[in-house]
Amino acid sequence: MSGHTFQNKAIRWIDERMPIFTVMQHSAIDYPTPKNLNYWWNFGSLALFVLVIMLMTGIFLAMSYTPHVDYAFTSVERIMRDVNYGWLLRYLHMNGASMFFIVVYIHIFRGLYYGSYKAPRELLWWLGIVILLVMMATAFMGYVLPWGQMSFWGATVITNLFSAIPLVGEDIVTWLWGGFSVDNPTLNRFFALHYLLPFVLVAVVFLHLWALHTTKSGNPLGIDVKGPQDTIPFHPYYTIKDLFGVGVFLLFYLFFVFYAPNFFGEPDNYIPANPLVTPPHIVPEWYFLPFYAILRAVPDKLGGVVLMFGSILILFALPWLDRSRVRSARFRPIYKQVFWLFLIDCIVLGYIGAKPPEGAFITIGRIATAYYFAHFLIVMPLLGRLEKPRPVPQSISAPVLKPAAATAQMEKV
Amino acid sequence: MADTASHAHGAPGQGETRRDFLLYATTAVGAVGTAIALWPFIHSMNPAADVLALSSTEVDLSPIAEGQSITVTWRGKPVFIRHRTAREIEEARAADASGLPDPQKDEDRVQKAEWLVLVGVCTHLGCIPLGQKTSEPKGDYNGWFCPCHGSHYDTSGRIRKGPAPANLVVPEYTFLDDNRVRIG
Amino acid sequence: MRKFIIGTLAAAGMAASTAALAAGGDQQITDVDWSWEGIFGSYDHAQLRRGFQVYREICGNCHSMNLIYYRNLQQIGLTEDQVKEVAAEKEVEDGPNDDGEMFMRPALPSDHFVAPFPNDQAARVANNGALPPDLSLMTKARLKGPDYVYSLMTGYQDPPEGVEVAEGMNYNVAFPGHQIAMAPQIFDEMVTYEDGTQATADQITKDVVAFLNWAAEPELEQRKSMGLKTMLFLIVLTAMFFALKRRIWAAVH
Repeated sequence: MSGHTFQNKAIRWIDERMPIFTVMQHSAIDYPTPKNLNYWWNFGSLALFVLVIMLMTGIFLAMSYTPHVDYAFTSVERIMRDVNYGWLLRYLHMNGASMFFIVVYIHIFRGLYYGSYKAPRELLWWLGIVILLVMMATAFMGYVLPWGQMSFWGATVITNLFSAIPLVGEDIVTWLWGGFSVDNPTLNRFFALHYLLPFVLVAVVFLHLWALHTTKSGNPLGIDVKGPQDTIPFHPYYTIKDLFGVGVFLLFYLFFVFYAPNFFGEPDNYIPANPLVTPPHIVPEWYFLPFYAILRAVPDKLGGVVLMFGSILILFALPWLDRSRVRSARFRPIYKQVFWLFLIDCIVLGYIGAKPPEGAFITIGRIATAYYFAHFLIVMPLLGRLEKPRPVPQSISAPVLKPAAATAQMEKV
Repeated sequence: MADTASHAHGAPGQGETRRDFLLYATTAVGAVGTAIALWPFIHSMNPAADVLALSSTEVDLSPIAEGQSITVTWRGKPVFIRHRTAREIEEARAADASGLPDPQKDEDRVQKAEWLVLVGVCTHLGCIPLGQKTSEPKGDYNGWFCPCHGSHYDTSGRIRKGPAPANLVVPEYTFLDDNRVRIG
Repeated sequence: MRKFIIGTLAAAGMAASTAALAAGGDQQITDVDWSWEGIFGSYDHAQLRRGFQVYREICGNCHSMNLIYYRNLQQIGLTEDQVKEVAAEKEVEDGPNDDGEMFMRPALPSDHFVAPFPNDQAARVANNGALPPDLSLMTKARLKGPDYVYSLMTGYQDPPEGVEVAEGMNYNVAFPGHQIAMAPQIFDEMVTYEDGTQATADQITKDVVAFLNWAAEPELEQRKSMGLKTMLFLIVLTAMFFALKRRIWAAVH
C-alpha cells in the first residue's frame, strides 16, 4: 500500500521526502471502512469537529480574556459587550463544551452497545477514557475562568475533593490553590492549564486515531471484516456521511447558541465571585451530574471521592469484565436490555445529581450508584457466562444476501 | 481496492453529471459558509467598542512656551505638540517641498503656523524619534531624529534623510479655542 | 433512527434536569409575554427608553449598573448629544492633573454609569445594612430573569396570618424566603413619560424590566437575526449534504 503516486508535482516532491500525503491518502481517503456503519458511527468525527471549534473559539477568546480575580468577570463581560462578535465566540465556546460532552457520551454509549472495547480494541478504548478524563479536567477549569459565583464555588468544592486523600490531602489542596483558598494564583494556573490541556487532548486524539487505524473500525454487527467486499473507501462514502452529520449537529448546536445560549448554564454564574457567600444551590455543569450523584451517595468523604473516580476508572477494566465472545448487543438478547437499563441508571444519576441531597433523593442516589457498579462488576461478568448469544452472521456482506439474517438488517433502519 | 472502486462510480451517464453538479454546488455553498464563518473570528481582533470610544484626547496648550514641545498619548501612541519659533516656521517654509522624499508643503501640515501636531512614530518601523527634549539630538534638519535607523525629520516633521518612506503623520485635530485642541 | 432520537432526547433530558431545578419552591413567578422572546423577538426601543427613564429616576438612586457605558444608550435610540447630556449630569473622579491632584469632572459617553454609592460599604450604610445589587446582569443572574424581576417588583403583599416580618423587611411573594429589605418602589404615575404612555405601575415595571434585559443582553437582536440567517443557510447546506450522500451511497445499498 505504500508509495502512492501523486499527479501533482509539488505534492510528489514533498511526499518523497516526507510521506505526509501518502499517510493522508491511506487514513482519510482509501481507509477501508466497513460498509455497514450506521449513524451512531458519526459521533467520533463529530467529536473531533467540536474539538476544533473549541480550540478556535478558545484561542480567540483568550486574546480578550484577563486571568485575574479583579478583571476576569469584567473581561468576560467586555467580550460579551464590546469585542466584535465576542458574544458569538463566547456562546459558541460555552455551549460547545456541552455539545462536546453530548457527542462524546453518545460516542461512549455507542461503544458500550456494540462492544467496541473488546479485543483487539482495548487500547483504543483506554485512550478514549484518557480523552474523557482530560476533557473533564479542561471543562472544569474552563468553567472557573469567568469567575462568577458558580465558577468560584465549583472550584472550591472540586479542589476540596483532594483533601479526602489521607495524610497529604490538605497539602495537595494548598498546592493546587497556590494559597489557602481559591484565589488569584488558582485562577491564573487554571487559565494556563485550560489553554494547555486541549493540545494534550489533540495529542491523545491522534493516538486514539492511530489505534483505530491499526485495528480498523468496528461495525454494528460486531464481526470482523472478511475481505474487500465488506469495506468501502472512507472517501467519499464516509466523508459525505460525516458532513451530513456535521450539518445536522450544527443545526442542533447553533440553535442553542442563537436562541437559548444560557440553557445549559447557571444564572448564578452571572453574579461575580464572592468568597464570603455560597449560593444556596450549587450544582456542577450537567455533564458532571452523574458523577456528582455518586460522590454524594456515600456518607464518607474519602469513600465518596474514591467511588466517584472509580466510576470512570472502572471503564478501563471493562474489556476484561465483559467475557462475552460476541461484540454487538444486536446478538446479545439480555445484554441489549441491560444496556438500556444502564443508560437509564446514568440518567437517573444525572437527575439525582441536580437535586438537593435530601429525603428520597438520597435513597434513589444510593440505589442508582450501587447499580452503576453492579452493572460492571456483577452483571457484565455473569452475562458473559450465562447469556446465550444469537447466531452471528458469517460476514458483513452475508446478511444482505441471506434472507435468514434479514431481521438483523431491519434493525439498522 | 479494485472491486470497491466499482461501487464508487455507480451508474454512468446522466446520474453521473447530476451528482457532479450536486457535488460542485454543495462544495461551493459549503466553502462560502466556511468563509463567512471565519469573519467573526477575524473581526474579533479589530478594535473593540470600548477602544473606539476612547479615541479622542483634549490638550491644554497654554503652558507650552515658544520653542517647547510636549508629548501626549492618543490611542496609545505619542503625539508631539510643538510650539514652533518663528525661525523654525521659516525653515520649514523655505524648503522646496517638491524636492523632498515625500513632497508636502508645511502649510498643508499645520492649522496654525506656530502649532505643529504630529504622531510621534517614525514611519520607517515604528520607533519614537528623539528631539522632544532640548538635550536630545534633533537631526540634521533641526526637527527630530530617529535613533533606530537614522531617519532625519525637519521642523515640519517631514522626512529629509534616512530610510523612512513618509513624513510624520499629522493626526486629525481641531482647535476648540485658542488654547485647547482635541486630537482624534 | 428511533434510537438515535431517544439517545439525543436522553442527553437533552439530563441537561434539562439541571435547568428544571426548582426556583426555591414557593416563589410566585408570573409569566409575562416579553417582546424579545421567541425566534423573531426584538426589543421595543421606545419601551427601552422609557425603562431607562425609570432606572434613571427611581432604581438608579440605590442600584448601580457598573457594566453599562453611557455610550451604550445610543443603541436604544438616544442621540449623541442626549447621551452627552445624560452623562454630564454625573461626576467622575479623574486625574492626576499636572499638580498631582485627583479632580472631579463631568462624566463622558465613554464612562460607565456612575454608581450611586462610592463602594459597597457606603451602599449598605445608606440602606439599613442591605446591599442593593448591581443591575447590569440582573435578568441573566436569576432563574427566569425578566419574569422574576417583574414578579418581584409587583409581588409586595401584606404578610399572611401568622407570618412575622422582621423589622426593616417587607413581605414579597416572589422573593426567596419572602422577606426583602427593599421597600415597594413602583406606584402609578410616579414617572411622566414623554411619549404619552400611561404610567401605570404595571407599565412602569414592564418598561424597566425591558431596559434591564437589554442591559444584560444588548447583543440579543443581532444574535437572533444572525441566528435566523445561519439556520436557514444550514438547512440548505444540510439538505445538499443529504442529497449528495444519498447519491454517492446509491450503489452501496
